Amino acid sequence: MTTANQVLSEVEYEVVGKRPVRPDGVDKVTGRAQYGADLELTGLLHARVLRSPHAHARINSIDTSRAEALAGVRAVVTAADLPFAALSREDLSNDYNRFKFLSDNFLASDKALYRGHAVAAVAAENAHIAEAALDLIDVDYEVLEPVIDVRAAMQDGAPLLHDDLVHTSAMGEISDKPSNVASYMKFDKGDTAAGFANSDVIVEREFTTASVHQGYIEPHNATAHWRADGQINIWCSTQGAFVVRANTADVLRIDVSSVRVTPMEIGGGFGGKVTFYLEPVAALLSRKAGAPVKVLMSRTEVFEGSGPAPGSWMRVKMGADSAGKITAAEIELAFEAGAYPGSPVMQGATCAFACYELENGTVEGYDVVVNKPKTAAYRAPGSPQAAFGVEQVVDELCQKLGVDPVEFRLNNTVTEGSRKVEGPVFQKIGLVECLEAARNHEHYRSPLEGSNRGRGIAAGFWMNRGFHSSVNMTVNPDGTVNLIEGSVDIGGSRASIAQQAAETLGIAYDEIKPQVVDTDSIGFTMVTGGSRTTFATGWAAILAAEDVKQQMVQRAASIWDVPVEDVEYDGGEIRHKSEELSFTFKDLARQLYTTGGGITGTASLDPTGEGNSFGVHLVDVEVDPETGKTEVLRYTAIQDAGKAVHPSYVEGQIQGGAVQGIGWALNEEYYFGDNGQMMNSSFLDYRMPTSLDLPMIDTVIVEVANPGHPYGVRGVGEVPIVPPLAAVANAVGHATNQRLTSLPITPGSVLEATL
Amino acid sequence: MPGLVHVTTTINGNQTDFLCEPRQSLLECLRDVVGMTGSKEGCNDGNCGACTVNLDGRIVTSCLVLGVEAQGAEVNTIEGVASAEGLHPIQQSFLENAALQCGICTPGFIVAAKALLEAEPDADEARIRHWLAGNLCRCTGYDKIVRAVIDAGERMRA
Ligand code: FES
Ligand code: FES
Repeated sequence: MTTANQVLSEVEYEVVGKRPVRPDGVDKVTGRAQYGADLELTGLLHARVLRSPHAHARINSIDTSRAEALAGVRAVVTAADLPFAALSREDLSNDYNRFKFLSDNFLASDKALYRGHAVAAVAAENAHIAEAALDLIDVDYEVLEPVIDVRAAMQDGAPLLHDDLVHTSAMGEISDKPSNVASYMKFDKGDTAAGFANSDVIVEREFTTASVHQGYIEPHNATAHWRADGQINIWCSTQGAFVVRANTADVLRIDVSSVRVTPMEIGGGFGGKVTFYLEPVAALLSRKAGAPVKVLMSRTEVFEGSGPAPGSWMRVKMGADSAGKITAAEIELAFEAGAYPGSPVMQGATCAFACYELENGTVEGYDVVVNKPKTAAYRAPGSPQAAFGVEQVVDELCQKLGVDPVEFRLNNTVTEGSRKVEGPVFQKIGLVECLEAARNHEHYRSPLEGSNRGRGIAAGFWMNRGFHSSVNMTVNPDGTVNLIEGSVDIGGSRASIAQQAAETLGIAYDEIKPQVVDTDSIGFTMVTGGSRTTFATGWAAILAAEDVKQQMVQRAASIWDVPVEDVEYDGGEIRHKSEELSFTFKDLARQLYTTGGGITGTASLDPTGEGNSFGVHLVDVEVDPETGKTEVLRYTAIQDAGKAVHPSYVEGQIQGGAVQGIGWALNEEYYFGDNGQMMNSSFLDYRMPTSLDLPMIDTVIVEVANPGHPYGVRGVGEVPIVPPLAAVANAVGHATNQRLTSLPITPGSVLEATL
Repeated sequence: MPGLVHVTTTINGNQTDFLCEPRQSLLECLRDVVGMTGSKEGCNDGNCGACTVNLDGRIVTSCLVLGVEAQGAEVNTIEGVASAEGLHPIQQSFLENAALQCGICTPGFIVAAKALLEAEPDADEARIRHWLAGNLCRCTGYDKIVRAVIDAGERMRA
């Protein structure tokens, strides 16, 4: 077990790369951490949301009078209470659709576009009264035919979700005829047709994947208080407090400074809590009731009313020559956007062939609206679906050519300087190192024995993000440092950011006291998402620490009355070049208040150079020929982290992402009835992996330093969900001698393919 | 107040009285009536384990128990796992093994694991995986949780 998790380090630091206990840990293991649902305020009311029982329906009228009359009910709101209701097409002009879509997903105005679409909300003295009041709201629906499958939605004559959706034709031309296709994209490199003509083997297949949910264990929640002076305070479970602030202000048409958002501890997000649903509704209820209002989603509401990751259809074609070089590749992707435009098909398109050096490639993508909840980000959005198709086709090419799948990938791998189909050129990346680590791994070298067993391998890519982050650091008189940040901590980032601050200051990790604060108390900080937090907020902490160092040096120079150039900061000490004068960090901290005042370092930045991520996963499965059930026997995930700041939490991201991918591959799907209703909106029926379904998830952290970050850090959170879908499918394919091209690979689908 | 039931129970060793509606779950009573929010709601239908508490020596999902069923019972929650002397070995082990990411599932896992290890401190990986199958964690993939429970068993045997 000791070799289960390896770290292949190039560079060692004092604090970065160690595994300290996280600062928020004690509160979380004792039940004291304050999540959104735990908040209690004086005079707090409780709200519930009424949701459409129909997947597609016109809303003719909503009568809330009976609900308002129920004892204990304090406020009822509908879309009529949103500013959109009072604005005309002329008022909004070009912004009409964007603003309507934003507003309507909080509370539907003219149409309910998915089962679970919010149509009204009630605040009452307790949640039971609010729930009872929902039954007293009379909504007159005109039920319409729904369309829930991406290909069906693209057909001529399909039911239209939006009568006036600005759309593009299949050929990319703006057409006058309304459709459910919200956008189309195409990228080309080289001459794809000629590339296929030069190939010796070609594999072409179609793939589909089902809608899946992020599955965070904490349901969405929000509390809002619209104060008598017009200030709105919001407490919620979000990956990005500043996004909640901006979009709440936008949809309510008020200034951002009127909204203060306090991010509570967050019980998982995985991208799904970048989007939000409840905050403006709670604010409107609060204004009407004149009291703070808390609203919680049930698990069913989370499934039916919050963003799943898109179901998809793909066609992948790849050709290779007899020397094992890819000659051409093309992919067509159609992604479900859900009720409103905006699926991650662009990301799917740009990730699809990112692992392969292509001379000739074509990528086409369609963003398609269907009667499902508007899709939300889910860990490397779009990339897992694309990899599910591409990595299976690569595997089949290897089978046809009779070559080892790791060697084939090494033979076609991208390296520094490779240009992607859509244009960007790679900086220093670590795919080769990941593939070599896979080839050298004991898992890969050990034979897989036993019948009905198969081994699968797949690679995956995610670009990672930079984006804005801000950090303030204040030196306390005892030499500790308060680190104030705006990045919500979902998986230990307080630790990884404090480590980078400590490393830069040359002081101990536990001298840094990190805190995540509200939007009034720190500079602009983008979401915790895009694998950016340890990279970008860590970098902000490094710059804030540099600012502290500089001020400490100036202070020492003024105390000693020497030129500042003669003073240097070295590993937690401030020294004069004479070497006779020196302060430890603590010594100088003690004197700050009496020698000119306290010191605060600040940094706000929007870094580029985020450094892309690659991962390679290996999995062994056994498929029961009687029942079709797939069991995961062994799993190894290899990933380039650049520099793992806190290796345990990097491993945690890798393991968690891999297991979500295993669930996506084998169990998870939104199962719809004919009328577009989700039939399995509970954890009993939407079956996520349990501890019993899994082996240990072994990891190898490869460290190919990212030249774009002071400690070489690359984001790590997202890429681990990219390879597992295809790795599992490849393994099942080898165990059964059948290609499984639709997710999830259920026992039923295996039996259908094999019997 | 008409319709409310008076419940006398023992929570984490302390006699506690509360009034609740007959329809309120034990989870709701703990969180909203008694004000102990350490037990979490992930599903409210018995399928995630975030609300796990110990009721008279057995672990239960408190969202599926009525508050009135706590009458005369001993309820032990996450708030009672640490003592004035410090953290329980399971809590320490969760921290040192990085067995939590978002932490929303952690109270349920700790209460469940404590019941197992008190009865079987030498539970092996298979036994632990089986025991914890009623607790969902979406963040960790369970690897570090299972390792933390193995490690905690060693600490408790020492
Ligand atoms: S909240 Fe009780 S089992 Fe999920
Ligand atoms: S740590 Fe987030 S659900 Fe377990």
